[in-house]
Amino acid sequence: MSSHSKGAEKFLADKERTKWHDQALFFVREKRDRMAHGVPEWEALRQLASDTKLHTMTHLADYLEEFERNATANGLHVHWAKDADEMNSLVLSLLQERGAKTLVKSKSMLAEECGMNPYLMERGIDVIETDLGERIMQFLQKPPSHIVLPAIHVKREEVGKVFEEKLGSEHGNSDPTYLTHEARKALRQNFLHADASMTGVNFAVAKSGAFVVCTNEGNADMGTSFAPLHIAIMGLEKVIPDYEALAIYLRLLARSATGQPSTTYTSHYRRPINGQEIHVIIVDNGRSEILRNEAHRNMLKCLRCGACINTCPVYRRTGGYSYSYFIPGPIGVNLGMLRDVKRYSGNVSACSLCYSCQNVCPAKIDLADQIYDWRQRLDEHQVADRKKKVMVKAMKLAMKSPWIFRRALSAAQLIRVMPRWMIYNRLNAWGIDRELPTFAPKSFEQMWRSGEVK
Amino acid sequence: MESFRASLPETDISYSIMKIGLFVPCYVNACFPQVGVASYRLLKELGLDVDYPLGQTCCGQPMANGGFEKDALHLAEHMEKIFEGYDYVVGPSASCVVFVKEKYPRLLHKEAHACLSGRIYEICEFLHDVVKVKELPKAHFPHKVSIHNSCHGERLLGLSSPSELVVPRQSKLRDLLSLVDAVEIAEPKRVDECCGFGGLFSVEETATSACMGRDKIADHISTGTEYITGADSSCLMHMQGLIDREKLPIKTRHIVEILATGL
Repeated sequence: MSSHSKGAEKFLADKERTKWHDQALFFVREKRDRMAHGVPEWEALRQLASDTKLHTMTHLADYLEEFERNATANGLHVHWAKDADEMNSLVLSLLQERGAKTLVKSKSMLAEECGMNPYLMERGIDVIETDLGERIMQFLQKPPSHIVLPAIHVKREEVGKVFEEKLGSEHGNSDPTYLTHEARKALRQNFLHADASMTGVNFAVAKSGAFVVCTNEGNADMGTSFAPLHIAIMGLEKVIPDYEALAIYLRLLARSATGQPSTTYTSHYRRPINGQEIHVIIVDNGRSEILRNEAHRNMLKCLRCGACINTCPVYRRTGGYSYSYFIPGPIGVNLGMLRDVKRYSGNVSACSLCYSCQNVCPAKIDLADQIYDWRQRLDEHQVADRKKKVMVKAMKLAMKSPWIFRRALSAAQLIRVMPRWMIYNRLNAWGIDRELPTFAPKSFEQMWRSGEVK
Repeated sequence: MESFRASLPETDISYSIMKIGLFVPCYVNACFPQVGVASYRLLKELGLDVDYPLGQTCCGQPMANGGFEKDALHLAEHMEKIFEGYDYVVGPSASCVVFVKEKYPRLLHKEAHACLSGRIYEICEFLHDVVKVKELPKAHFPHKVSIHNSCHGERLLGLSSPSELVVPRQSKLRDLLSLVDAVEIAEPKRVDECCGFGGLFSVEETATSACMGRDKIADHISTGTEYITGADSSCLMHMQGLIDREKLPIKTRHIVEILATGL
């Protein structure tokens, strides 16, 4: 049994929650559909987005250096980190050199990828998540279950409970508006007194040396407006050539992610305000390896919009924690495999190959094809499921020659007279929830041979 | 029969000299021979020269989707040999057909046009796009049916337009069904949500697969129909297994069985 199917079973045991989770995410998918259908040139835009990313990837070093040059000329400080360790220690030293103790942080999947929060907190930095969903997860001491909607699996009553405990909100009040106000009230103090702020980067524009952060809550802007130090961390695939390219991605991002025409805040950081420092850390952490990997380099086109996750019928019914990698859904299955084949191969089964993900991806990444491709290589990495392997070998044997196939079909007739307990037991995964199909008394081939097909 | 011929388009191809090989996938052969029979009758009724070459087993899709594509090579070679010499190969299973179409060139190291891939059609696609059937005078099915837009039929083969894409709506299955007398056609609310079959997925991720199947069946039932119909017996088999276990008030029927009523 794959790690995902085990995790899935756990999630699926709560039927009500499964249903609610599926419907909540499908609702987001439907909003995305409505938005997409409002843009007649949508499919052309997706193609353009995909092509532009490919172009950028194939000139990556040039664009990154162009960004560094222009950003530096604008007064930003640009750093390079080859992996998570380098990034984390860079962030820590930037903070320590300035005596910073508290860091208000907006959402960043890269920070999650690099395990930055625990690293900093172990070293005495108070890291405060300021995105509401991320704040909820931080209070619950759990990782996000979705890259855009980190607390999508948490019910409002659970939020009310943890806010009561951490923020002293009213007992039993789980009204979303009330809870949002409580969070805002508390965060306001954090914003005002933080020593430093951190944001991710949605797009780094090479031509202008500016970077763009997209949020809905304005929390990133609150953070960066007060603290004297702003650290922005970005994966090196976040660079794009110019504003023409940015226009393509901004039209696609929010529509794909949450079904909004645009994010509420699209903030451009070009030069620091008086008395403030902005440091940008460009992080590799395995990305240049992906670039070298011809079969899977398309993954670097990802905008982290989460559309593939929302549409994935498997994710919707199994939740983010059923995946062993911190990013779930089709994109997570693929990125996990690129991170560590042995460790994350248990997610490759989490796909019925329905191909919906490929159709919603704004950068047209061939997500399902790549999962198919990974499956072909599980055996060579010695991580193929043993039971599945036995089944495939048996099938192969039965289909090997028409003669054996005919014999196998005759043997299958036995099922018709076998007692139920011999067929429906724990060895027969199909039969746990379903009846087996009945083998016809005569196969089509037998009917044809005896002249019954006319 | 005459009316069928009259409905054929004016082209250079003479349909009577086209040699068509009927591809009956392994599980259809074993469990749903009636789908093979209906396919044969339908093609025959159109005045086509259709034959069933003996010795067919499996196209290799189940192995490949499970991650053992190389175990499908031998089967691909066998398929290639069996259907040598046919102008068209037509089969009543979208996912098997699309597997042959998309994966054989790579498996066999051949260009698509030089192998079976270039000549194989799913039967609805064939009737709709090649034969361009405009009427089915004998077909009569006085029931309400809900169309099951299977993932591979829709997203890989184009039998209908995927709901995610901003493209004009079309459905070859609906076009063909609307030629049947007295039939009432519906579609589920989530028009192309996966039913959760997915080949070996159905046993490897069996809890998820069953949940997806139950949800899909409930969506079909909510349209108030008696039958779920589609171009993939595999999806139908999975859903029928759940329907039988839970004694749900709906049945599955392959679309060719409906198109071939009266034959």
